[in-house]
Order: sequence, then C-alpha cells, then structure tokens
Amino acid sequence: MDELTVSTMAEMAAKGESPEILFWVGCAGSFDERAQKITRDICKILNHVGIKFAVLGTEEACTGDPAKRAGNEFLFQMQAMSNIQVLNGYEIKKIVTGCPHCFNTIKNEYPGLGGNYEVIHHTQLIQQLIDEGKLKAEGGESFKGKKITFHDPCYLGRANAVYEAPRKALEILDAQLHEMKRCKSNGLCCGAGGAQMFKEPEKGIKDINIERIDEALDLSPNIVASACPFCMTMLNDGVKNYNKEQEIKVLDIAEITARANGL
Amino acid sequence: MVSQILFLIIAIAAIAFFSRNVRKVIRNIKLGQNPNRSDRPMKRLGIMLKVAFGQSKMANRPVAFILHLFVYIGFVIINLEVLEIIMDGLLGTHRMFAEPLGRFYNVLIASFEILAALVLIGVIVFYARRNLLKLKRFSGTEMGNWPRSDANIILIVEVFLMSAFLTMNAADYKLQQLGASHYISAGSFPISNYLVPQLPDSESALMMIERFSWWFHIVGIFAFLNYLPYSKHFHIALAFPNTYYSNLEPKGEFSNMLSVSNEVKAMLDPSYTPEPVAELGRFGARDINDLTWKNLLDAYTCTECGRCTSVCPANITGKLLSPRKIMMDTRDRLEEVGKNIDQHGKDYQDGKSLLDHYISREEIWACTTCNACTEACPVNIDPLSIIIELRRYAVMEESQAPSSINSMFGNVENNGAPWKYAAADRMKWAEND
Repeated sequence: MDELTVSTMAEMAAKGESPEILFWVGCAGSFDERAQKITRDICKILNHVGIKFAVLGTEEACTGDPAKRAGNEFLFQMQAMSNIQVLNGYEIKKIVTGCPHCFNTIKNEYPGLGGNYEVIHHTQLIQQLIDEGKLKAEGGESFKGKKITFHDPCYLGRANAVYEAPRKALEILDAQLHEMKRCKSNGLCCGAGGAQMFKEPEKGIKDINIERIDEALDLSPNIVASACPFCMTMLNDGVKNYNKEQEIKVLDIAEITARANGL
Repeated sequence: MVSQILFLIIAIAAIAFFSRNVRKVIRNIKLGQNPNRSDRPMKRLGIMLKVAFGQSKMANRPVAFILHLFVYIGFVIINLEVLEIIMDGLLGTHRMFAEPLGRFYNVLIASFEILAALVLIGVIVFYARRNLLKLKRFSGTEMGNWPRSDANIILIVEVFLMSAFLTMNAADYKLQQLGASHYISAGSFPISNYLVPQLPDSESALMMIERFSWWFHIVGIFAFLNYLPYSKHFHIALAFPNTYYSNLEPKGEFSNMLSVSNEVKAMLDPSYTPEPVAELGRFGARDINDLTWKNLLDAYTCTECGRCTSVCPANITGKLLSPRKIMMDTRDRLEEVGKNIDQHGKDYQDGKSLLDHYISREEIWACTTCNACTEACPVNIDPLSIIIELRRYAVMEESQAPSSINSMFGNVENNGAPWKYAAADRMKWAEND
C-alpha cells in the first residue's frame, strides 16, 4: 500500500512551489469517518498517477452550499468570499473536489463573487486519467462479473450534466453495469440535498433513501456505487435498514478505482 | 349580409375581450422583479424551437407524447382552416380558398379531417386516462374541483369543436353531392364521408345542419380563445415565451444575491464602498411581487400535467410538497392580487401572502433541491427557484428555520463546517489509514 503523502498549500507555498491541482476535500471528506476513506483514496489515486497536488487543510472551510440551499445567502457569501480570498491568495487555477456539492458551488457560484477556477469533480479527473491511459484497472481487486449499479448524485448529474464520467470508471472494470430505472437525468435523489442532510425529514410515508435503496435492491447488485459523501451516508443507511451490509457494498467511484489498482 | 355583420360583431367582441384579459395577465406578470433574461437570443430561440415547438421534453412518456402530438399538430394545422372560416364569415363567401388552391385544397381539407379524427382520439383517451383510469399523476391535494373541471372542460370542448367541424364537412359534402346551389364541389372528405349516411336527405335540413355546425365551430373557437386566460390551457400560447426565457445556467447554480454581496463585502473590507443597488427590496420572497416575472410567467404557463410532482422525491415519499402545487398556488395568489388591483387599486393590501396563506413552511422545507421537477417540466418551468426564494425570506427576514437548520448555520459560521467539529481537526483524515 502506498504511503499517503499529502501537502498543504501552506507547506507548498513556503517551499515556493505550486501544485498542478488543488484537492478541495470538503467538510464531509474531512470529518465524516466513512467519507475520510474516500478522501484518502482520492489522494492515493493522485499520488499513483504522479499528479502534484495540495490541500488547504485547516485553511479550507465549508463552501457555503448547505447555507445557500437553506436560504441563508449571507452565510453563504461570507463563506464564499473568505474561501475565494484564500484560493486567490494562493493563485489557485485548477481544483478537483471530492464532493458534488462543493464542485457545483465553486464551479457555478464562486465566479460571480470573484473566484474563477477550472473546477472538476474527482470522477471527471478519473475519467480524464483513464482517457489519457494514465489510469487503468490493474494490480488490485478484480471486479470481474460483479454486479454494479450507479446512483447519480443530483449535484453532479442533473445540476451539472455529468453522467458519463463516473460510468467510465466502472466500464473499465469488466463488471456488469446495471442501471436503475430512475438514472441519469431521471435519477432519484438520495434525500440529502438542499440541506436535508442536516435535519429530520418532514412527515411522510417513507424516507427518500429507503425509496432509493429499494430501487437499487431490485437489481440485487453486489455494489451500489456513488460519487458523493452525502449519497454515501444515505445509501449506507438504506442498506443497513435491510441488514444487507454483508451482501451489498456502497462504494464511491474513487474507492472502486483505488481498489482496482491495489492502492 | 345580416350574418356577416353578426359574425363581425362576434369576432370583434371576442378579440377585444381576449386582448383585455391578456393585458391583465401581462400587467400581473410585470408585478414581479426584473431579472435579465434577454441575453443570448439565438440560444434562447433554439431552446424554444426544440422544447416548445419540437416538444422534445414530452418524448420520455411515449403514450402521452403521441396523443399530445395529435392534439398539438391538429391545433396548429387546423388553424389554417379557421383562417378560411373567418374569411368566409366576413365576406359571406363559401370555401373561398377552394378555387385559388385547386387540387391542393382537396389535400388540405383531407389532412384537416384526418387531423381532426386524431385530435378526437387523443382527447378521448386523455379523458379516459383522467376519469376512468384515474392516473395518479392527475390526483393530489392541489387537484381540487376547479383544476379537475378545467381539464375536463378543455377535453370536452375539443370533442365538440372537432365533431362540429366533421359534421359541417359531412353536411357540406352531401349538399355538394345533391348539387345544391352555393355548395360548390370542393374538398376531399376521408373521415366525414362516413357520417354522410347518418344525415337527412332533405336539402333544407342539411343546410340547417351545415350552417349550425359552421356557426357552432367558429363561435366555439372564439369562446375557447377567451377561456384560455382563465385556464391551465393557456400553455398553448405561453409555452413559447416561457421556453424562450428559460434558465440558461447549469441547474445547480442558484443566483447570487447582489444586495447581500454588498453587505458582505463591506463586512469583510471596511474600506469597500458598495455599488448602488437600484431598489433594496426584501430578502427572498413572501409574496408574488417579491418573485421574478419569470416565476410568474411560469405560473401562468403551467398546465398542471404533474410530471414535476410525479418525480419529486419528497412527494413520492408522502411529504406535503408538490412542485405542481407551488406553481398553482403562485398563479392563484397572483390572480387574487390582480383582482385586488382591479377592484381596490394598485396599493391595496389584503393582508395575505403566498407564504403561509398558500404555501406552508412544511412544504418548502421538504425540498431536496434535486432539480427533478425542473428537469421533468416539458415547458421549462422552475418551481425550485420559488421554493428557494421563500426559504430565503423565512431565513433572512424572519430567522425562521427548523432548529436543526439553525444549528447547521451556527456550525458553519463558527467551525467552518456544517457539523460541530473543530476547524483545527480538518486534516485528521490524513493521519489514520
């Protein structure tokens, strides 16, 4: 297993160096135990292909996404403008994010506030690396014949029309890909967006993540893949609800890629 | 001559009444705030041609798509026949296009007849889907008496109009065969010739039927025109401007509020002098005049098909939120405000508002902002932007958010993360593997 080498932007700047790309980890990727694994796998992939990258570390703060979706534009812009100050201070040009919500916010909502960067989601980076031949699926776990279904995160899919990048990472595995009926632009939300992650759902007859996992379970997959730390939590809870953690794994595209390469 | 004058009076009255109501609708829409949606005209035109004219977003529900296509094409093309009918009515002629168009006239009339039959099939199946099959999409709390009647009125009127058109042709054809004077031999009648045996043989009775159907059809069309501004059926006209003024940005991008930017910049940098903002309204929306004119145009354009609600994760799982209700409430409130202006003048306040009197807090907080509704809408209506404006009002003007949302705000503000973790621990993930 590769040693995890991660530099912060401050360390790099002190050495007078600059990274090819800044990895925006996000709050879930920093603090949520399950999402931390995804964060580490993204770093391993970056190291594996030899991309020089840095993270902001303690200088990173919430993009303001949950505040904005919940209607708190003040708090959003406070977060956005101070993050932009930090990013512009380091003259950041290119950012890869581990979370579709951070991706959407920095890519679409920061430019109007003075933050102009080339922003990609980690599944897009993986797709690029595969297309350039720098990343394959070899030397690690075999996914041959495994049944995988991909859940589209709303803020990657409908919000930004990124449907093919995550699927590309799955296509090279020689696994069986099965689409749920509600996929791509018709994908069903996991239930966490729009700040729902941080509150109890309103009264209803069912939880949204259960509705979603029911649809996935209909395919009897070995793996439910996603690309968002919030979807990860919701889908995992859904699988746990049916006590199926042993049979069905919920994995991020970055985790699958890292495993396939033995990282 | 008498009938020409009568026709002229009916036509003028119908058009005058219609334009009066359209002016009111425009006035109501202009009550909204004014975002710029006139940039990139070629791109907008392209979207309008594809989505409204080309019906592109209808296609993912094939049954409804085909049936709707029958009615849509029928509506557009049969209007050419209405042009002839209006000319005949004004000039006292009969089938005045027959002579100049020659054989092509027969082709036209034949295709109108086939289209009329397809429209009939379409609307009868639509009626059955609503009233016999009781499709779930057409029910829901917002689908009360009026919305259900509105839908059925539209379908029944179309049955009557198409039946009158075909009966008129059948009687005309029989009169042509009998060699009645005035009824020149013109047209080809692939559908209505099947009705001919059912008609009486007397020339005067046939003329009665022909004239009655002619008048019923055209007066029906004038009446239907005037029904549009009161009905969900207004979408047949508004779908075009509404798709032209579509949101061209990625769906995930929510607008940055300029009024907030100025205050935040001043907070972060005391030497900052804010750009002057034309009018400092309230933050977010409490009532329809806080929304944008596009939100209000959306509301008038909505034809209550329920595609949005049928894909809404909150609605699917039994929550109160229904994006269709958001649009219908917005229109109902807008029309109420419009009536208030008509009756009591521009500045009248009725003490009501869109938020709370129409749309509840429980509804707006159930939204996951997943954009399934905006993706599903065949005419690019955006219920999500209304929900967000209502949330902005609740949060920024009233500080009324669910308590767990307030905790999240506190965490973001104090710890730089939506959870209660110390900012200093942000790199802990790199330590343990």
